[in-house]
Amino acid sequence: MAYLTTHPDVVPLVSYRFGKGATSIDKYLELDGYKSLQKAIAMGPDAIIAEMKASGLRGRGGAGFPTGLKWSFVPKQSAKPKYVLVNGDESEPATCKDRLIFEHDPHSVIEGTIIAGLSVGAKMGFIYLRGEYRYLLKIMEKAIDDAYAKGFLGKNIFGSGIDFDAISHTGAGAYEVGEESALMESLEGKRGIPRIRPPFPAVVGLYGGPTIINNAETLATVPHIFRIGGAEYAKLGTERNGGTRLFCLSGHVEKPGVYELPMGYNLKKMIYDVGGGIPGGRQLKAVVPGGSSTPVLLPEEIDIGMDFDQVGKAGSMLGSGGVVVLDETVCMVEFALRTMKFYQHESCGWCIPCREGTDWLKKSLTRLHAGGGVDKDIDNIKYLAENMLGRTFCPLGDAAAMPTIAFVQKFRKEFEDHLDGKGCPYHHSLEHEAVLA
Amino acid sequence: MATETTTIFSPELAARFDKLVTQYPVRRSALIPMLLYAQDEVGYLSPAVIAEVAARVGIQENDVQSVLSYYSLLRTKPAGKFNVQVCTNICCMLRGGNELFEHCKKRLGVGNKGVTTDGVFSLEEVECIGACSWAPAIQVNYDFHENLTPESMDSLLDDYRAKAGK
Repeated sequence: MAYLTTHPDVVPLVSYRFGKGATSIDKYLELDGYKSLQKAIAMGPDAIIAEMKASGLRGRGGAGFPTGLKWSFVPKQSAKPKYVLVNGDESEPATCKDRLIFEHDPHSVIEGTIIAGLSVGAKMGFIYLRGEYRYLLKIMEKAIDDAYAKGFLGKNIFGSGIDFDAISHTGAGAYEVGEESALMESLEGKRGIPRIRPPFPAVVGLYGGPTIINNAETLATVPHIFRIGGAEYAKLGTERNGGTRLFCLSGHVEKPGVYELPMGYNLKKMIYDVGGGIPGGRQLKAVVPGGSSTPVLLPEEIDIGMDFDQVGKAGSMLGSGGVVVLDETVCMVEFALRTMKFYQHESCGWCIPCREGTDWLKKSLTRLHAGGGVDKDIDNIKYLAENMLGRTFCPLGDAAAMPTIAFVQKFRKEFEDHLDGKGCPYHHSLEHEAVLA
Repeated sequence: MATETTTIFSPELAARFDKLVTQYPVRRSALIPMLLYAQDEVGYLSPAVIAEVAARVGIQENDVQSVLSYYSLLRTKPAGKFNVQVCTNICCMLRGGNELFEHCKKRLGVGNKGVTTDGVFSLEEVECIGACSWAPAIQVNYDFHENLTPESMDSLLDDYRAKAGK
């Protein structure tokens, strides 16, 4: 069982019910479950959206778009049915937070989905889980069945005259499907290839109807906003970055884990205090602050608050909340190569800059890491990555290009040390030791 | 479309599929879950599985093949009884994922996507499985095993081998 790690600075809001047996609907009800939904029914659509805007909640999937604003884009009148789509295709390397929510508090996702539906007049919600999370699908299916049995889903929920249906759905292994338009394609039973936008999903989405698409953590946060109030929620975080977030700390720290911390929490403190610092007294080399697609930060750049604006100002992104800590033993070329190997594998092949770009970058980085690179390869890698930026249908091209550019810019010397047959200085020493032993 | 009268699936799965195709606004939405559930029961997506799923959804077999070739969990060849999927993505790499994968190769005597001769294990190097804070991690079929070392990996494989009765 995956678990949440504790620390005195943790603010248990989204994780309020974790470890308390809230997969049982009776326990969930005991812990204020489905009260927010009743509150939201009484408020009506306009007040729901106003409350969401007041909360300052921004999308937890990575882009950080204000959730209330996103919901307000759905047209009031629509000839086609409207839908809510929950993005639980958590696949950005370094991200393992949605897993905890589904495992410990599946009803919060259902409740958030219904509230989202109420705000725009949608009558059906789809909860899409990545295929690898099969054990969570069982938890989610049971939660949905229990909610139907209690009358929280189905016809005339809470005597409101409003109908709402929900279904859980599984993917079958694809990072690209975490992108919202590819997610809709996948749910429609097709290859997960992005759609051209505009039109945006809020206007033309799933089955051609207006669709709200939110990350699972975003929707699981919604009932808690109505539980404590939007203004109270906003106060937990920083300006324009309301609330808390589940940060996934991984890599070279003493205490890796998922921690719920206020938005704007200091990154340096997160690593050295919450995470217990770097094992073995080794030095920090770099931090990837928000999942594998976000540009790397140097040790002198990490005295910043972890919210969308402050990390953006530092030249990176808050992304999906996956903080990867790298100590001095890491070869940055190897790390860049492994990152690119992932994006090359996951590129859907629909548009050329991404399909060819990730492939050439992987080839160039492989050769460079092995010692077969020449001086101009370094600029070529940067040039290739820069030419992918903003030239693809979906953000996967950017996700591959942005970290690559940062690796070259910030660790150029390390790339140079691999050139002209020298190969990887880190691995040479390891192999050498092995030979001596 | 009428319910299939002859099926290669178990009665439970066939009943589940009958219901699944009616739950979505369009039948085709059931395609990907159906392929995964069918694979779980049959072991892989054989031509017979593809044919029946296509008929149930009401699309061409080559359309099903086009979709399944996109998704990394779907396979058209049998795997071992226990499919050992070792993550070597960045977070696992930093905490010994590559070494774990190399260890499995030696221990099982197969390479990436190989199946042991007794059919008990298959081995696969996979991308991020969402266990980053508990790295290095693997999945055996759908079960997660986290914070592994080569030693704990050995005892895990022993346990699975005992389960297979070989």
